[in-house]
Amino acid sequence: MNSQLSAQLQLLPEYLSAHIVLSLLALALGIVICVPLGAFITRLPRVQWLTLSIAGILQTVPGIALLALMVPLLGMIGFIPALLALTLYSFLPILRNSVTGITEVDDALIEAATGIGMTDWQVLTKVQLPLALPMIVAGIRTAAVWVVGTATLATPVGAVSLGNFIFAGLQTQNVTAILVGCLAAAILAIVIDMSIRAIEVALTRRRVALSISGLAGIGLLALAALWQPLTASVANSDAESDRPVVIGAKTFSEQYILAELLAQRLEAAGRSTSVRSGMGSIILFDALANSDVDCYVDYTGTIWANAMQRRGIAPRRAVYDTMVAWLDSAYGIHTLGPLGFENTYALAVRRETAEQYNLQTIEDLTAVAGELTIGSDYEFYDRPEWQRLQSTYNLEMGDRRTFDPTLMYQAVATGDVDVITAYSTDGRIIAFDLVVLEDTRQAFPPYDAVLLLSPDASADNRLIAVLKNLIDAVNATRMREANKAVDIDQIAIDSVAHVLSEQLRGKGG
Amino acid sequence: MIELSNLTKRFSAAGRPAVDSVFLKVQRGEFLVLLGASGSGKTTTLKMINRLIEPTSGEIRINGQSTSTGDPVALRRSIGYVFQEVGLFPHLSVRENAGLPLRLVGTHPPEADQRVDELLARVDLDPEEYGDRRPQELSGGQRQRVGVARALAASPSVVLMDEPFGAVDPITRAGLQTEIKTLHHDLQLTIVMVTHDLFEALLLADRIGVMTNGKLVALGTPHELLTGDLHPDARALLSAPREQIDRLSHLLTPPADSHE
Ligand SMILES: Nc1ncnc2c1ncn2[C@@H]1O[C@H](COP(=O)(O)OP(=O)(O)OP(=O)(O)O)[C@@H](O)[C@H]1O
Ligand SMILES: [Mg+2]
Repeated sequence: MNSQLSAQLQLLPEYLSAHIVLSLLALALGIVICVPLGAFITRLPRVQWLTLSIAGILQTVPGIALLALMVPLLGMIGFIPALLALTLYSFLPILRNSVTGITEVDDALIEAATGIGMTDWQVLTKVQLPLALPMIVAGIRTAAVWVVGTATLATPVGAVSLGNFIFAGLQTQNVTAILVGCLAAAILAIVIDMSIRAIEVALTRRRVALSISGLAGIGLLALAALWQPLTASVANSDAESDRPVVIGAKTFSEQYILAELLAQRLEAAGRSTSVRSGMGSIILFDALANSDVDCYVDYTGTIWANAMQRRGIAPRRAVYDTMVAWLDSAYGIHTLGPLGFENTYALAVRRETAEQYNLQTIEDLTAVAGELTIGSDYEFYDRPEWQRLQSTYNLEMGDRRTFDPTLMYQAVATGDVDVITAYSTDGRIIAFDLVVLEDTRQAFPPYDAVLLLSPDASADNRLIAVLKNLIDAVNATRMREANKAVDIDQIAIDSVAHVLSEQLRGKGG
Repeated sequence: MIELSNLTKRFSAAGRPAVDSVFLKVQRGEFLVLLGASGSGKTTTLKMINRLIEPTSGEIRINGQSTSTGDPVALRRSIGYVFQEVGLFPHLSVRENAGLPLRLVGTHPPEADQRVDELLARVDLDPEEYGDRRPQELSGGQRQRVGVARALAASPSVVLMDEPFGAVDPITRAGLQTEIKTLHHDLQLTIVMVTHDLFEALLLADRIGVMTNGKLVALGTPHELLTGDLHPDARALLSAPREQIDRLSHLLTPPADSHE
């Protein structure tokens, strides 16, 4: 547990610093845009209503949707779309409080200011803005807390933040990571909130010392945030001058492990790397096509159904070949090759059941199916795979039951059911000592793990030389063991990736 | 010289005008007091002079120049104005408030401060004690005096005062009245002042104008008004204090038979 914590804490400086930079910059942009805009629209009552309505609508878009929307809109991933989404997210409170603060200044004061000969600009800057300042700062405070919270959702669009702890933790069931991420984000929000609150109180009560302490709080955060990138860039400039290889990963353990494996291999070969984990599947594919991400592992069936929009099913080899050609012609994406395992639907049985009925393939199951009960998750029996499975193997199970995915494994292990629909590389197959039945007649669509390179990376011969050692090197058992190490034994991802890497070398890969 | 000719203000198309066809000439160096019941249009008239309110019709000329053609900001900077609601800025100190008109015309700050301290002393506020306070930390009467100092700060030749001493106690008020009279004389100011207080009007004014329902119904020196043939509304207004004096003297006369 302790080593778990220290493993997570090692990541803290990078994630925290990225989180602060992202939040403070979004907030600064929000202030720079919305305070003048707010002041401007107090002079134009009609536009005022419209502008506030638009900002209000922006606010109702869920944070994660706004973040995801920025990716196709800007055609890129990472820091910039996250920054833009968070900036938009900060608009409403700052804009609304600016407008309210300015318009709520006593009419008699505005008349007096005009009457002693102030221009409209002077009335605004010398009277309205100073008097509205506490209100504006209160709006900034609200925005700050929202932005710090929402920034944890920037991980799936490829921006580093404290959300990296949370997304990785959720997928790998690593409670320590989730806690570290949540606590850090909460503490950060509290510190920023208190600092701005100090400035706000100082402004209303005119306490110079208090406002200095508030500003100092924000300043220290900014410094702390910049310290990490600065030291990192100093260290980097000695080692490697070209840009790091960006490795993508989706939101589950296997993806994290493989991304880490790629990173370790590249680092060992003297390349600097940057892992963008927890990215949405479609966002990641687009990022690869744009060369924002240099490489990641995807699955043939996923590309087939999502990117290529194919409905039917084809033989494994045909799917692979069609996909390789299509990726190349449509996007210039290079398929370096299959890793050597599939992550697909599979039927799994207890070892004793397998031995009792001598089961190795799904074909073997057909004869005894009537005596056995199958268990699956809520959606499987409605999927085309189930129809295909039944017709291909002429399978008539004695009974069928439905479970929550996590309980399904327990159910087969304890004998409640005899067969379950598992994912072929799930670590629980090993943990519960299950046997996977081979799909000899290809009832399930092929989901071969393939290593994809972006158009830019396709020309990087050094990168290709390092990564091609992984082609056909990872079999399903190895992958299952690695997944089990992370999901069930709660071992840190980098050490699991390291062990896997060593195993592959030992094998001569 | 300020000249109002046929000046009218309607806040709504229907209803009677707030200011109704007023003709008035204020001579250079004159102290003119506007008297009138609440809602009779005194404030509206003052605000039209420095263009805080634009007239519906009619014209205002200052030194022969129509005010409607020039830059309103420049016009307002050349006129001192004491507001009925005072209108001091809560985020500025007393000294900053009073010095604001000077800062607007770019006076060097130390020079502005010195001028402001002089003026604060003249309106009976010790600059040492009050200069750094916020308006919220003053009494109502003290605030009004800061308002007067502010109106005088930029050395305007025309000063408009809307009930400048409404919240000041009678003793301080008498002192301030004398001070204003002196300032008026020393600085050769042209002053238009609104008040409800007949005695103040009689004491200060070169001429008094009486307004009712937006109309200027009487205009003359205090002596002319007290002795002349007047509009009934004006007479009512002027006789109110006289009745008060009668009642007061009645109270002071010992009762004929105090005990049976
Ligand atoms: N901005 C405005 N909009 C509409 N009506 C107004 C406005 N300002 C003043 N009035 C109306 O114009 C009339 C004259 O108002 P004004 O403020 O000039 O009175 P006043 O003589 O200064 O009264 P007081 O002695 O109570 O200050 C009043 O009936 C008032 O209700
Ligand atoms: Mg008035």
